Amino acid sequence: MAGIPVEHGLFLAGILFGLGLIGVLVRRNVIFMLLSIEVMLNAAGLAFIVAGAQWGQVDGQVMFVFILAVAAAEVAVGLAMVLQLYSRFKTLDSDAASQLRG
Amino acid sequence: MEIVFYGAAVVAVISTVMVITRLNAIHALLYLIVSLLSVALVFYSLGAPFIAALEVIIYAGAIMVLFIFVIMMLNLGPQTVLQESQWLQPGTWVGPAILAFVLLAELFYVLAAGVTMPGGEPVLGQPQDVGLALFGPYLLGVELAAMLLLAGMVGAYHLGRREGIGADSAQYQESARQRVRQMEYGVEGGEWDVGSSMQRVGSRE
Repeated sequence: MAGIPVEHGLFLAGILFGLGLIGVLVRRNVIFMLLSIEVMLNAAGLAFIVAGAQWGQVDGQVMFVFILAVAAAEVAVGLAMVLQLYSRFKTLDSDAASQLRG
Repeated sequence: MEIVFYGAAVVAVISTVMVITRLNAIHALLYLIVSLLSVALVFYSLGAPFIAALEVIIYAGAIMVLFIFVIMMLNLGPQTVLQESQWLQPGTWVGPAILAFVLLAELFYVLAAGVTMPGGEPVLGQPQDVGLALFGPYLLGVELAAMLLLAGMVGAYHLGRREGIGADSAQYQESARQRVRQMEYGVEGGEWDVGSSMQRVGSRE
């Protein structure tokens, strides 16, 4: 788009994605991990929008709408799993569910 | 338009750093909402106003409300009152408020400067353009997204049920059986009523 180089937009998307990735790797609270996944999805959508603005096509915006649908479905299932985790283990620590015993 | 982009980018990075370093989930949510709003402003400065509106409505509106619901559901109890009074301290909301005021100043700048869409070129992100592309070449993707949302809804319902807690589960199953029994009786009665009324109609004719 006029005046804003595409590298800067992609750089911002990369920074946000990296911050989300750090959040997923560092935090052990499942709520914070879900929030960080939201940040990462948002950064991916930002990269699509920047690319779409660079090429002058609406395809990037269509992809963002799909990312929005994926994020909504992911949040619904993820938060239901958070409730299950809390009702079974009485904690939000994701390491508590590392036994895989069914 | 450049100053809007770079200002919003700085606010987005700062608030995202605050999201992943907070200890309290509600504080992190406040910062995440500011981060999403600033990314929406970035979208606007890139010439995608429709996507900016979707970001505010769906991400910062609907999805964050889901998070708040779950966090509020998780800590029920007498300590919530203490937490509530703790959350109303200025230290909680002054950080997000400053960042949000930066965004508001940028919004006023955009409105006051009369900057129309960047450079006066034909605007790309009109809702009808996005809609035409969405239901034209990407129709299959829309239907796949519909199936994904249905699967997500069913999965969330299945995972969100409360069961498997010993006596509670047995009690729950007993009450469910009773409910089914009542429904069966109700349906039988309804059929009987329908049949008799039809007989009545027939005899009247």
